[in-house]
Amino acid sequence: MSDIADRVKKIVVEHLGVEENKVIENASFIDDLGADSLDTVELVMAFEEEFGIEIPDDAAETIQTFGDAVKFITGAA
Amino acid sequence: MRRVVVTGLGMVTPLACGVEETWSRLIAGESGAGPIKRFDPAGVITQYACEIPLGDGTNGTFNPDDWMEPKDRRKVDDFILYGMTAAVQAVRDSGWEAVTEEDKHRTGVMIGSGIGGLSSIAETAVLIKERGAKRVSPFFIPGALINLVSGQVSIRFGFKGPNHAVVTACSTGAHAIGDAARMIAFDDADVMIAGGAESPISEIGIAGFNACKALSTKRADDPTKASRPYDADRDGFVMGEGAGVVVLEEYEHAKARGAKIYAEVLGYGLSGDAYHITAPSEDGDGGYRSMQMAIKRAGLTPADIDYINAHGTSTMADTIELGAVERLMGDAAAGATMSSTKSAIGHLLGAAGAVEAIFCILAIRDQIAPPTINLDNPAVTPKLDLAPNKAVKRKIDVALSNSFGFGGTNASLIIGKVSA
Repeated sequence: MSDIADRVKKIVVEHLGVEENKVIENASFIDDLGADSLDTVELVMAFEEEFGIEIPDDAAETIQTFGDAVKFITGAA
Repeated sequence: MRRVVVTGLGMVTPLACGVEETWSRLIAGESGAGPIKRFDPAGVITQYACEIPLGDGTNGTFNPDDWMEPKDRRKVDDFILYGMTAAVQAVRDSGWEAVTEEDKHRTGVMIGSGIGGLSSIAETAVLIKERGAKRVSPFFIPGALINLVSGQVSIRFGFKGPNHAVVTACSTGAHAIGDAARMIAFDDADVMIAGGAESPISEIGIAGFNACKALSTKRADDPTKASRPYDADRDGFVMGEGAGVVVLEEYEHAKARGAKIYAEVLGYGLSGDAYHITAPSEDGDGGYRSMQMAIKRAGLTPADIDYINAHGTSTMADTIELGAVERLMGDAAAGATMSSTKSAIGHLLGAAGAVEAIFCILAIRDQIAPPTINLDNPAVTPKLDLAPNKAVKRKIDVALSNSFGFGGTNASLIIGKVSA
Protein backbone atom coordinates (compact mmCIF):
# COMPACT_ATOMS: atom_id res chain seq x y z
CA MET A 1 0.00 0.00 0.00
CA SER A 2 1.19 3.49 -0.81
CA ASP A 3 2.49 5.88 1.78
CA ILE A 4 -0.53 8.15 1.20
CA ALA A 5 -2.98 5.30 1.80
CA ASP A 6 -1.23 4.41 5.05
CA ARG A 7 -1.40 7.96 6.30
CA VAL A 8 -5.08 8.32 5.31
CA LYS A 9 -5.89 5.05 7.04
CA LYS A 10 -4.16 6.17 10.22
CA ILE A 11 -6.29 9.34 10.31
CA VAL A 12 -9.51 7.41 9.68
CA VAL A 13 -8.72 4.88 12.42
CA GLU A 14 -7.90 7.64 14.90
CA HIS A 15 -10.88 9.84 14.19
CA LEU A 16 -13.58 7.23 13.82
CA GLY A 17 -12.25 4.73 16.37
CA VAL A 18 -12.58 1.80 13.96
CA GLU A 19 -10.48 -1.32 13.43
CA GLU A 20 -7.76 -0.93 10.82
CA ASN A 21 -8.95 -3.96 8.82
CA LYS A 22 -12.36 -2.31 8.32
CA VAL A 23 -10.77 0.57 6.43
CA ILE A 24 -10.79 -0.92 2.94
CA GLU A 25 -10.98 0.58 -0.57
CA ASN A 26 -14.78 0.71 -0.79
CA ALA A 27 -15.53 1.38 2.88
CA SER A 28 -17.96 4.31 3.11
CA PHE A 29 -17.17 6.65 5.99
CA ILE A 30 -20.86 7.09 6.81
CA ASP A 31 -22.41 3.72 5.89
CA ASP A 32 -19.59 1.37 6.91
CA LEU A 33 -17.38 3.21 9.39
CA GLY A 34 -19.99 4.91 11.59
CA ALA A 35 -19.19 8.51 10.74
CA ASP A 36 -21.80 11.27 10.86
CA SER A 37 -21.79 14.45 8.77
CA LEU A 38 -19.65 16.31 11.33
CA ASP A 39 -17.13 13.47 11.41
CA THR A 40 -16.70 13.72 7.63
CA VAL A 41 -16.07 17.47 7.89
CA GLU A 42 -13.41 16.79 10.51
CA LEU A 43 -11.85 14.01 8.43
CA VAL A 44 -11.46 16.31 5.45
CA MET A 45 -9.84 18.92 7.68
CA ALA A 46 -7.45 16.28 9.00
CA PHE A 47 -6.53 15.25 5.43
CA GLU A 48 -5.87 18.89 4.55
CA GLU A 49 -3.67 19.24 7.59
CA GLU A 50 -1.73 16.02 7.06
CA PHE A 51 -1.02 16.56 3.37
CA GLY A 52 -0.81 20.36 3.28
CA ILE A 53 -3.52 20.63 0.66
CA GLU A 54 -6.83 22.42 0.36
CA ILE A 55 -9.93 20.39 -0.38
CA PRO A 56 -12.76 22.65 -1.60
CA ASP A 57 -16.30 21.93 -0.33
CA ASP A 58 -17.56 20.58 -3.66
CA ALA A 59 -14.61 18.20 -3.87
CA ALA A 60 -15.07 17.18 -0.23
CA GLU A 61 -18.61 16.08 -1.05
CA THR A 62 -17.28 13.53 -3.55
CA ILE A 63 -15.02 11.90 -0.94
CA GLN A 64 -17.36 9.22 0.41
CA THR A 65 -15.05 6.24 0.83
CA PHE A 66 -11.51 5.49 1.93
CA GLY A 67 -10.65 4.83 -1.73
CA ASP A 68 -12.11 8.22 -2.77
CA ALA A 69 -9.93 9.96 -0.22
CA VAL A 70 -6.72 8.23 -1.28
CA LYS A 71 -7.47 8.90 -4.93
CA PHE A 72 -8.23 12.59 -4.40
CA ILE A 73 -5.18 13.19 -2.24
CA THR A 74 -2.88 11.28 -4.61
CA GLY A 75 -4.06 13.58 -7.38
CA ALA A 76 -3.75 16.74 -5.31
CA ALA A 77 -0.56 16.16 -3.37
CA MET B 1 -48.85 18.01 44.04
CA ARG B 2 -46.99 14.84 42.99
CA ARG B 3 -44.21 13.82 45.39
CA VAL B 4 -40.62 13.61 44.13
CA VAL B 5 -38.03 11.20 45.50
CA VAL B 6 -34.38 10.47 44.77
CA THR B 7 -33.64 6.98 43.43
CA GLY B 8 -30.14 7.26 41.97
CA LEU B 9 -26.88 9.05 42.75
CA GLY B 10 -23.70 9.69 40.77
CA MET B 11 -20.62 11.85 41.17
CA VAL B 12 -17.06 12.48 40.22
CA THR B 13 -15.28 14.85 42.61
CA PRO B 14 -11.77 15.88 43.66
CA LEU B 15 -11.98 13.24 46.41
CA ALA B 16 -12.85 10.34 44.11
CA CYS B 17 -14.82 9.04 41.18
CA GLY B 18 -17.95 7.49 42.67
CA VAL B 19 -20.47 8.32 45.37
CA GLU B 20 -19.38 5.92 48.11
CA GLU B 21 -15.68 6.51 47.43
CA THR B 22 -16.17 10.28 47.74
CA TRP B 23 -18.42 10.02 50.78
CA SER B 24 -16.12 7.82 52.87
CA ARG B 25 -13.18 10.18 52.24
CA LEU B 26 -15.34 13.19 53.03
CA ILE B 27 -16.46 11.70 56.34
CA ALA B 28 -12.83 10.81 57.14
CA GLY B 29 -11.91 14.49 56.79
CA GLU B 30 -9.68 14.15 53.72
CA SER B 31 -8.89 17.04 51.38
CA GLY B 32 -8.92 16.90 47.58
CA ALA B 33 -6.57 19.86 47.17
CA GLY B 34 -3.08 19.80 45.66
CA PRO B 35 -0.74 21.58 43.25
CA ILE B 36 -2.31 22.24 39.81
CA LYS B 37 -1.42 19.49 37.34
CA ARG B 38 -4.16 20.02 34.75
CA PHE B 39 -2.13 22.79 33.04
CA ASP B 40 1.13 24.65 33.57
CA PRO B 41 0.17 27.25 36.20
CA ALA B 42 3.35 29.32 35.89
CA GLY B 43 1.42 32.30 34.54
CA VAL B 44 -1.39 32.44 37.12
CA ILE B 45 -1.37 33.56 40.75
CA THR B 46 -3.03 30.57 42.42
CA GLN B 47 -0.88 27.43 42.13
CA TYR B 48 -3.32 24.89 43.62
CA ALA B 49 -6.79 23.48 43.11
CA CYS B 50 -8.96 20.46 43.89
CA GLU B 51 -8.50 18.19 40.87
CA ILE B 52 -10.22 14.89 40.19
CA PRO B 53 -7.73 12.05 40.88
CA LEU B 54 -6.95 10.50 37.49
CA GLY B 55 -5.93 6.85 37.30
CA ASP B 56 -6.87 3.40 36.08
CA GLY B 57 -10.32 3.50 37.68
CA THR B 58 -9.42 1.48 40.77
CA ASN B 59 -9.39 2.82 44.33
CA GLY B 60 -11.64 5.76 43.49
CA THR B 61 -9.49 7.11 40.67
CA PHE B 62 -11.14 8.44 37.52
CA ASN B 63 -10.41 6.64 34.27
CA PRO B 64 -12.15 8.55 31.45
CA ASP B 65 -12.12 5.40 29.26
CA ASP B 66 -14.58 3.79 31.68
CA TRP B 67 -17.22 6.41 30.89
CA MET B 68 -16.84 7.63 27.30
CA GLU B 69 -15.05 6.14 24.32
CA PRO B 70 -11.86 7.99 23.33
CA LYS B 71 -13.29 8.86 19.89
CA ASP B 72 -16.33 10.52 21.51
CA ARG B 73 -14.35 12.15 24.30
CA ARG B 74 -12.14 13.93 21.81
CA LYS B 75 -15.23 15.82 20.62
CA VAL B 76 -16.33 17.23 23.99
CA ASP B 77 -15.02 19.51 26.69
CA ASP B 78 -14.23 17.87 30.04
CA PHE B 79 -17.38 19.20 31.74
CA ILE B 80 -19.43 16.98 29.40
CA LEU B 81 -17.23 13.98 30.23
CA TYR B 82 -17.71 14.61 33.96
CA GLY B 83 -21.47 15.12 33.56
CA MET B 84 -21.78 11.92 31.54
CA THR B 85 -19.78 10.02 34.17
CA ALA B 86 -22.04 11.15 37.02
CA ALA B 87 -25.17 10.56 34.94
CA VAL B 88 -24.18 7.01 33.99
CA GLN B 89 -23.50 6.22 37.66
CA ALA B 90 -26.82 7.71 38.76
CA VAL B 91 -28.89 5.92 36.12
CA ARG B 92 -27.20 2.60 36.89
CA ASP B 93 -27.72 3.15 40.62
CA SER B 94 -31.43 3.83 40.10
CA GLY B 95 -31.97 0.67 38.07
CA TRP B 96 -34.28 2.68 35.80
CA GLU B 97 -34.41 1.56 32.20
CA ALA B 98 -36.73 3.37 29.83
CA VAL B 99 -37.83 0.45 27.69
CA THR B 100 -41.12 1.47 26.11
CA GLU B 101 -41.59 4.56 23.99
CA GLU B 102 -43.87 5.94 26.73
CA ASP B 103 -41.13 5.38 29.36
CA LYS B 104 -38.69 7.29 27.16
CA HIS B 105 -41.09 10.18 26.69
CA ARG B 106 -41.59 10.38 30.45
CA THR B 107 -37.86 10.53 31.29
CA GLY B 108 -36.05 13.86 30.94
CA VAL B 109 -32.61 15.33 31.58
CA MET B 110 -31.64 18.64 33.21
CA ILE B 111 -27.90 18.85 33.82
CA GLY B 112 -26.39 22.33 33.83
CA SER B 113 -23.03 24.00 34.10
CA GLY B 114 -21.89 27.37 35.35
CA ILE B 115 -19.52 28.16 32.50
CA GLY B 116 -19.46 25.13 30.19
CA GLY B 117 -16.65 24.64 27.69
CA LEU B 118 -14.42 27.44 28.88
CA SER B 119 -11.10 25.83 27.94
CA SER B 120 -12.43 24.68 24.54
CA ILE B 121 -13.39 28.27 23.80
CA ALA B 122 -9.99 29.54 24.92
CA GLU B 123 -8.09 26.93 22.90
CA THR B 124 -10.17 27.53 19.80
CA ALA B 125 -9.63 31.29 20.04
CA VAL B 126 -5.87 30.69 20.14
CA LEU B 127 -6.14 28.29 17.19
CA ILE B 128 -7.94 30.95 15.11
CA LYS B 129 -5.34 33.54 16.00
CA GLU B 130 -2.43 31.23 15.16
CA ARG B 131 -3.72 29.19 12.22
CA GLY B 132 -6.88 30.80 10.93
CA ALA B 133 -10.61 30.37 11.29
CA LYS B 134 -10.81 27.51 8.79
CA ARG B 135 -9.08 25.17 11.26
CA VAL B 136 -11.97 25.28 13.76
CA SER B 137 -13.31 21.79 14.47
CA PRO B 138 -16.92 20.98 13.62
CA PHE B 139 -17.12 19.61 17.16
CA PHE B 140 -16.09 22.86 18.82
CA ILE B 141 -19.62 24.25 19.26
CA PRO B 142 -21.42 21.00 20.23
CA GLY B 143 -18.48 20.17 22.51
CA ALA B 144 -18.67 23.45 24.41
CA LEU B 145 -22.40 24.20 24.69
CA ILE B 146 -23.72 23.88 28.23
CA ASN B 147 -26.89 21.98 27.34
CA LEU B 148 -24.87 19.30 25.55
CA VAL B 149 -24.46 17.35 28.79
CA SER B 150 -28.23 16.93 28.80
CA GLY B 151 -28.14 16.27 25.06
CA GLN B 152 -25.39 13.63 25.26
CA VAL B 153 -27.03 11.87 28.21
CA SER B 154 -30.40 11.77 26.43
CA ILE B 155 -28.77 10.27 23.33
CA ARG B 156 -26.86 7.63 25.35
CA PHE B 157 -29.99 6.41 27.18
CA GLY B 158 -32.80 7.31 24.76
CA PHE B 159 -34.49 9.65 27.24
CA LYS B 160 -36.94 11.72 25.18
CA GLY B 161 -38.70 13.76 27.90
CA PRO B 162 -37.91 17.39 28.81
CA ASN B 163 -34.32 18.22 27.86
CA HIS B 164 -33.09 21.32 29.58
CA ALA B 165 -30.04 22.90 31.18
CA VAL B 166 -29.61 25.40 33.99
CA VAL B 167 -26.97 28.15 33.90
CA THR B 168 -26.89 30.04 37.18
CA ALA B 169 -23.19 30.10 38.10
CA CYS B 170 -22.60 28.43 41.46
CA SER B 171 -26.31 27.82 42.04
CA THR B 172 -26.66 25.71 38.88
CA GLY B 173 -26.67 22.25 40.48
CA ALA B 174 -29.24 23.19 43.12
CA HIS B 175 -31.48 24.99 40.63
CA ALA B 176 -31.29 21.99 38.26
CA ILE B 177 -32.49 19.60 40.96
CA GLY B 178 -35.18 22.01 42.16
CA ASP B 179 -36.47 22.79 38.67
CA ALA B 180 -36.37 19.15 37.56
CA ALA B 181 -38.31 18.15 40.69
CA ARG B 182 -40.95 20.69 39.71
CA MET B 183 -41.23 19.18 36.23
CA ILE B 184 -42.06 15.88 37.88
CA ALA B 185 -44.44 17.54 40.33
CA PHE B 186 -46.17 19.27 37.39
CA ASP B 187 -46.49 15.93 35.56
CA ASP B 188 -44.19 16.87 32.67
CA ALA B 189 -42.13 13.75 33.41
CA ASP B 190 -41.99 10.78 35.80
CA VAL B 191 -38.19 10.57 35.93
CA MET B 192 -35.62 13.36 35.60
CA ILE B 193 -31.83 13.01 35.48
CA ALA B 194 -30.68 16.25 37.14
CA GLY B 195 -27.48 17.90 38.30
CA GLY B 196 -24.47 19.97 37.30
CA ALA B 197 -20.99 19.59 35.81
CA GLU B 198 -17.96 21.88 35.64
CA SER B 199 -14.36 21.82 34.38
CA PRO B 200 -12.93 25.24 35.27
CA ILE B 201 -9.35 24.23 36.12
CA SER B 202 -7.62 25.78 33.12
CA GLU B 203 -5.41 28.81 32.68
CA ILE B 204 -8.33 31.00 31.61
CA GLY B 205 -10.51 29.74 34.48
CA ILE B 206 -7.97 30.30 37.23
CA ALA B 207 -6.86 33.63 35.74
CA GLY B 208 -10.45 34.82 35.54
CA PHE B 209 -11.33 33.98 39.13
CA ASN B 210 -7.97 35.32 40.32
CA ALA B 211 -8.85 38.61 38.65
CA CYS B 212 -12.14 38.68 40.60
CA LYS B 213 -10.06 38.23 43.79
CA ALA B 214 -12.21 35.19 44.57
CA LEU B 215 -9.54 32.47 44.90
CA SER B 216 -7.25 31.54 47.75
CA THR B 217 -3.65 32.48 46.88
CA LYS B 218 -1.59 32.13 50.04
CA ARG B 219 -1.39 28.39 50.72
CA ALA B 220 0.88 27.04 47.98
CA ASP B 221 3.00 25.50 50.76
CA ASP B 222 0.06 23.37 51.93
CA PRO B 223 -2.93 23.38 49.56
CA THR B 224 -4.90 20.97 51.74
CA LYS B 225 -5.24 23.77 54.31
CA ALA B 226 -6.37 26.41 51.80
CA SER B 227 -10.13 25.80 51.81
CA ARG B 228 -11.14 26.76 55.35
CA PRO B 229 -14.71 28.08 55.52
CA TYR B 230 -15.51 30.24 58.60
CA ASP B 231 -11.88 30.21 59.68
CA ALA B 232 -10.31 33.55 60.53
CA ASP B 233 -7.39 32.78 58.18
CA ARG B 234 -9.41 31.97 55.06
CA ASP B 235 -8.38 33.90 51.96
CA GLY B 236 -10.68 32.81 49.14
CA PHE B 237 -12.11 29.67 47.60
CA VAL B 238 -10.18 26.77 46.09
CA MET B 239 -11.23 25.81 42.58
CA GLY B 240 -12.71 22.34 42.18
CA GLU B 241 -14.06 20.33 39.24
CA GLY B 242 -16.43 17.45 38.68
CA ALA B 243 -20.10 16.62 38.48
CA GLY B 244 -23.03 15.47 40.58
CA VAL B 245 -26.19 13.93 39.14
CA VAL B 246 -29.31 12.48 40.77
CA VAL B 247 -32.20 10.49 39.42
CA LEU B 248 -35.44 12.12 40.56
CA GLU B 249 -38.61 10.13 40.32
CA GLU B 250 -42.29 10.50 41.07
CA TYR B 251 -42.95 8.70 44.35
CA GLU B 252 -45.62 6.25 43.14
CA HIS B 253 -43.58 5.50 40.01
CA ALA B 254 -40.56 4.63 42.15
CA LYS B 255 -42.63 2.53 44.55
CA ALA B 256 -44.37 0.66 41.76
CA ARG B 257 -41.08 -0.58 40.31
CA GLY B 258 -39.64 -1.38 43.73
CA ALA B 259 -36.86 1.20 43.43
CA LYS B 260 -34.48 1.96 46.25
CA ILE B 261 -35.61 5.35 47.56
CA TYR B 262 -32.93 7.48 49.18
CA ALA B 263 -34.87 10.59 50.17
CA GLU B 264 -37.58 13.03 49.16
CA VAL B 265 -37.20 16.52 47.71
CA LEU B 266 -39.43 18.39 50.16
CA GLY B 267 -38.78 22.02 49.38
CA TYR B 268 -37.13 24.40 46.94
CA GLY B 269 -36.63 28.12 47.25
CA LEU B 270 -34.98 30.65 44.98
CA SER B 271 -34.31 34.35 45.02
CA GLY B 272 -32.22 37.19 43.62
CA ASP B 273 -30.08 39.66 45.56
CA ALA B 274 -30.43 42.58 43.13
CA TYR B 275 -27.27 43.93 44.73
CA HIS B 276 -23.87 43.21 43.13
CA ILE B 277 -22.42 41.04 40.33
CA THR B 278 -20.06 39.04 42.56
CA ALA B 279 -20.74 39.93 46.22
CA PRO B 280 -23.78 38.93 48.27
CA SER B 281 -25.70 41.70 50.02
CA GLU B 282 -24.18 42.30 53.41
CA ASP B 283 -27.31 41.40 55.34
CA GLY B 284 -27.62 38.04 53.54
CA ASP B 285 -31.16 38.95 52.52
CA GLY B 286 -31.20 36.89 49.29
CA GLY B 287 -30.01 33.70 50.94
CA TYR B 288 -32.40 34.25 53.83
CA ARG B 289 -35.42 34.54 51.54
CA SER B 290 -34.33 31.55 49.47
CA MET B 291 -34.11 29.36 52.60
CA GLN B 292 -37.38 30.75 53.92
CA MET B 293 -39.21 29.92 50.68
CA ALA B 294 -37.83 26.36 50.66
CA ILE B 295 -38.98 25.79 54.25
CA LYS B 296 -42.42 27.15 53.43
CA ARG B 297 -42.74 24.92 50.36
CA ALA B 298 -41.76 21.93 52.48
CA GLY B 299 -44.45 22.79 55.03
CA LEU B 300 -41.83 22.76 57.77
CA THR B 301 -40.46 25.15 60.37
CA PRO B 302 -36.80 26.05 60.97
CA ALA B 303 -36.81 23.79 64.04
CA ASP B 304 -37.30 20.79 61.70
CA ILE B 305 -33.94 21.36 60.01
CA ASP B 306 -31.28 19.00 61.40
CA TYR B 307 -28.40 19.54 58.99
CA ILE B 308 -27.44 22.42 56.71
CA ASN B 309 -24.91 22.00 53.91
CA ALA B 310 -23.74 25.59 53.59
CA HIS B 311 -22.69 27.39 50.45
CA GLY B 312 -19.64 28.34 52.58
CA THR B 313 -16.92 28.88 49.97
CA SER B 314 -14.07 29.99 52.28
CA THR B 315 -14.47 33.65 51.38
CA MET B 316 -15.60 36.70 53.30
CA ALA B 317 -19.20 35.79 52.32
CA ASP B 318 -19.19 32.78 54.70
CA THR B 319 -20.14 34.87 57.70
CA ILE B 320 -22.91 36.63 55.73
CA GLU B 321 -24.53 33.26 55.03
CA LEU B 322 -23.94 32.18 58.63
CA GLY B 323 -25.70 35.32 59.86
CA ALA B 324 -28.67 34.68 57.56
CA VAL B 325 -28.93 31.05 58.73
CA GLU B 326 -28.78 32.11 62.39
CA ARG B 327 -31.46 34.73 61.82
CA LEU B 328 -33.66 32.17 60.07
CA MET B 329 -33.15 29.43 62.64
CA GLY B 330 -33.63 31.66 65.68
CA ASP B 331 -33.68 29.61 68.88
CA ALA B 332 -33.53 26.40 66.82
CA ALA B 333 -29.95 27.20 65.74
CA ALA B 334 -28.51 25.44 68.74
CA GLY B 335 -30.13 22.17 67.66
CA ALA B 336 -28.78 22.12 64.11
CA THR B 337 -25.44 21.22 62.56
CA MET B 338 -24.09 23.13 59.56
CA SER B 339 -20.96 22.31 57.59
CA SER B 340 -19.23 23.36 54.40
CA THR B 341 -18.03 20.38 52.41
CA LYS B 342 -16.22 22.82 50.12
CA SER B 343 -13.53 22.64 52.80
CA ALA B 344 -12.72 19.18 51.41
CA ILE B 345 -13.61 19.26 47.71
CA GLY B 346 -13.19 22.95 46.89
CA HIS B 347 -15.78 24.85 44.89
CA LEU B 348 -17.22 22.88 41.97
CA LEU B 349 -19.13 25.97 40.71
CA GLY B 350 -22.06 24.70 38.63
CA ALA B 351 -21.63 21.16 39.97
CA ALA B 352 -21.41 22.24 43.63
CA GLY B 353 -25.14 22.37 44.40
CA ALA B 354 -25.76 18.92 42.97
CA VAL B 355 -22.80 17.28 44.72
CA GLU B 356 -23.79 18.95 47.99
CA ALA B 357 -27.43 17.86 47.65
CA ILE B 358 -26.11 14.30 47.36
CA PHE B 359 -24.05 14.83 50.53
CA CYS B 360 -27.30 15.86 52.27
CA ILE B 361 -28.99 12.68 51.04
CA LEU B 362 -26.12 10.55 52.36
CA ALA B 363 -26.11 12.48 55.64
CA ILE B 364 -29.76 11.45 56.06
CA ARG B 365 -29.03 7.85 55.04
CA ASP B 366 -26.08 7.42 57.40
CA GLN B 367 -27.19 9.84 60.14
CA ILE B 368 -23.92 11.71 60.07
CA ALA B 369 -22.97 15.30 59.19
CA PRO B 370 -19.73 15.64 57.21
CA PRO B 371 -17.11 17.94 58.74
CA THR B 372 -15.92 21.44 57.92
CA ILE B 373 -12.21 20.68 57.73
CA ASN B 374 -9.53 23.27 58.51
CA LEU B 375 -11.89 25.16 60.81
CA ASP B 376 -9.31 25.76 63.54
CA ASN B 377 -10.03 29.31 64.57
CA PRO B 378 -13.58 30.47 63.74
CA ALA B 379 -13.84 34.07 62.51
CA VAL B 380 -16.99 34.53 64.58
CA THR B 381 -18.62 32.62 67.42
CA PRO B 382 -21.34 30.59 65.70
CA LYS B 383 -24.73 29.91 67.28
CA LEU B 384 -24.83 26.50 65.61
CA ASP B 385 -22.40 23.61 65.40
CA LEU B 386 -20.17 23.96 62.31
CA ALA B 387 -18.79 20.41 62.63
CA PRO B 388 -15.16 21.60 62.81
CA ASN B 389 -12.70 18.97 61.54
CA LYS B 390 -14.79 15.96 62.61
CA ALA B 391 -17.95 14.41 61.22
CA VAL B 392 -20.88 14.59 63.66
CA LYS B 393 -23.06 11.54 64.28
CA ARG B 394 -26.56 12.77 64.96
CA LYS B 395 -30.22 12.49 64.02
CA ILE B 396 -30.75 13.89 60.52
CA ASP B 397 -34.27 13.62 59.14
CA VAL B 398 -34.29 16.87 57.22
CA ALA B 399 -31.39 18.62 55.49
CA LEU B 400 -31.11 22.02 53.82
CA SER B 401 -28.59 22.77 51.08
CA ASN B 402 -27.69 26.33 50.06
CA SER B 403 -26.13 27.50 46.82
CA PHE B 404 -25.46 31.12 45.93
CA GLY B 405 -24.05 32.36 42.63
CA PHE B 406 -22.49 35.34 40.92
CA GLY B 407 -25.16 37.73 39.76
CA GLY B 408 -26.89 37.34 43.10
CA THR B 409 -28.75 34.11 42.31
CA ASN B 410 -29.71 31.92 45.26
CA ALA B 411 -31.17 28.41 45.58
CA SER B 412 -32.07 26.31 48.60
CA LEU B 413 -33.16 22.68 48.61
CA ILE B 414 -34.79 20.80 51.46
CA ILE B 415 -34.34 17.06 51.38
CA GLY B 416 -35.89 14.71 53.88
CA LYS B 417 -36.35 11.14 54.92
CA VAL B 418 -39.22 9.55 53.05
CA SER B 419 -42.32 9.06 55.14
CA ALA B 420 -44.87 6.55 53.87
